Amino acid sequence: MQTSFRKTELWGIGIGAIIILGILPALNAFTPESNIFHISDFTINLYGKYLCYAVLAISVDLLWGYTGLLSLGQCLFFALGGYAFGMHLMLLIGKLGQYHSDLPDFMVFLGYPALPPHWVPFRSFWFAAAAVVLVPGFLALVFGFLAFRSRIRGVYFSILTQALTYGACLMFFRNDFTFGGNNGLTDFKFILGYDVRSAATQRCLFMATGVLLILTYVFCRWLTRTKFGKIQRAVRDSENRFLFSGYAAANFKLFVFVVSAIIAGLAGALYVPQVGIINPSEMAPDKSLEAVVWVAVGGRGTLIGPVVGAIAVNALKSWATRAFPDLWLIILGAMFVIVVLFLPKGIVGLPAQLFALFKQSAVYLKKKSEQPGIAAELPLKAPDSQYEKRIHPHR
Amino acid sequence: MRKEFILTAEGVSKSFDGFKAINDLNFYLDAGELRTIIGPNGAGKSTFLDLITGRTRPDDGQIEFKGTPVTKKTEYQIYRMGIGRKFQTPSVYSDHTVYENILLGLKGSRSVWSAIFGRVTPAQNEQIYHVLEIIHLKDKAQVRAGALAHGQKQWLEIGMLIAQDPELMLVDEPAAGMTDEETARTGELLLSLAGKHTIIVIEHDMVFVRQLASKVTVLHQGHVLCEGSLDHVQNDERVIEVYLGRKKKHDAIHPEH
Ligand SMILES: Nc1ncnc2c1ncn2[C@@H]1O[C@H](COP(=O)(O)OP(=O)(O)OP(=O)(O)O)[C@@H](O)[C@H]1O
Ligand SMILES: [Mg+2]
Repeated sequence: MQTSFRKTELWGIGIGAIIILGILPALNAFTPESNIFHISDFTINLYGKYLCYAVLAISVDLLWGYTGLLSLGQCLFFALGGYAFGMHLMLLIGKLGQYHSDLPDFMVFLGYPALPPHWVPFRSFWFAAAAVVLVPGFLALVFGFLAFRSRIRGVYFSILTQALTYGACLMFFRNDFTFGGNNGLTDFKFILGYDVRSAATQRCLFMATGVLLILTYVFCRWLTRTKFGKIQRAVRDSENRFLFSGYAAANFKLFVFVVSAIIAGLAGALYVPQVGIINPSEMAPDKSLEAVVWVAVGGRGTLIGPVVGAIAVNALKSWATRAFPDLWLIILGAMFVIVVLFLPKGIVGLPAQLFALFKQSAVYLKKKSEQPGIAAELPLKAPDSQYEKRIHPHR
Repeated sequence: MRKEFILTAEGVSKSFDGFKAINDLNFYLDAGELRTIIGPNGAGKSTFLDLITGRTRPDDGQIEFKGTPVTKKTEYQIYRMGIGRKFQTPSVYSDHTVYENILLGLKGSRSVWSAIFGRVTPAQNEQIYHVLEIIHLKDKAQVRAGALAHGQKQWLEIGMLIAQDPELMLVDEPAAGMTDEETARTGELLLSLAGKHTIIVIEHDMVFVRQLASKVTVLHQGHVLCEGSLDHVQNDERVIEVYLGRKKKHDAIHPEH
């Protein structure tokens, strides 16, 4: 059973890869706009965003579904990855900005005399790429170290992560924090020497996101199948037993926390050139909550669940915010409540849930028809042995 | 003189919100000994194990394992000194298979690195099946632990303890919820382990305690009331008073019992 499951999974990954890396870009590039199968540049761009969210959702689930750590601040790491790469894109604009200065527009506007020193190395693509990984990773390391060493668990951990992202959000809103304040970083022109807004570049970014998603999926599948994966679930299900089996639980949690922050950061870095802007609202607390809803809706504790959830909820959002702009938050909340109450395993768990329900009712009906057999199974014990067994009065 | 003991507790006290769960407890255990602790509900038996294993810290007093104080150490440091524990309510990983439960309990490296890149060696695999055989769960190796019967969960947790192979085993109510036959088998199992490990067993079941035939410590209100053979403590005035006296009072308050 195990092997056949893995086979279908391999097929799934293969088919997903063909669609994301082959069919969709080809339909976008090679079909005329009049063709019914044509995919517009706008749509490809939108799908690219969904894929970024899917990667983010996997990172949430690696923490929540697999390790029992409900982080309500995962978008902070997503946004930090985005900012790190956005800084590089900002510096590539060169003199083409509104003010025709070497400085990014917002710096001219705010009267900066020169590029702040911590911006300088971001001229290098590789430095920025390293920062995409290291900045979220390092922050997660420091925060996680302090939180897990002090045994902050459960809802306290969730609240703390939410507070962390809120605090960071407020900092980034400030103009003197040197990251563009309210407006953030935007008006990007180039990426790796190409026009960032051209259809071909956007198509490549879409495919790059597809590659990131597949790599993330495969990596997490591998990790969760090692002994480490068993340990993640052990921490989730019985941290007590785990601690008293000689494991330093804090180290294991810290590792997952850092890994998932890095994954989120990578997703954020690819998100920014596709949406063309990164600002502090990306690390607002409600963004992280939304990511948790995607995972819940898709099905936590699986890897396909977050992907399905992120894409489905965001597709719904794209439609609903146009059809009923005022109702989106209510729809989102209602969805969460329904999933929590009726679909504990989300969309991907629905078939199994229905099957179990079907089996249960079958068993129930069968039992009902053979009721009289039950009495014979009652245990019989000699009364005097019971008496000698306990000198204890309360039992 | 003190060096002979594997575990010593001296003047240990622990209060929860003013309630003295452990009160000036003194306890000495010889290396290789099998000891049974009995006492009424709330006597502080489990709390004593919590104090030894680092789950709670004493307000007062000293606990030493082989001459090293344990009271400032973390759970995993104490584990690595060679102390293993089975909880009162069976604590197994219910979503994992029986095999995986033993694997996670197996003695060996506890680092993140080895968890990711380590492989189960044939020797470890053999060890796991050896343990499964001892606890009569070999044919259930691939079953989810959550699907086991209560008694089997107890055995599984004892199995994790055997896999850990600690010098000192702390076993909290291993026979709770077991049938008489299962209880007897658990007793045999513990007796077979007694040669190789130092063991503390907490139990309420007097048939079981008699089967272990070990020195018995009676705990009452967080204090050692009396120690000796089972026959000795059963005939001790104070012990009878604690068990029977409270029964009378209890019956007076709840005549329907
Ligand atoms: N963490 C805790 N917080 C508050 N009170 C506690 C805590 N742990 C134990 N107690 C209290 O300490 C007392 C001793 O509890 P303990 O579990 O040690 O008893 P026990 O002898 O193991 O009883 P039983 O036979 O029921 O297992 C009880 O009154 C219990 O309520
Ligand atoms: Mg107890």
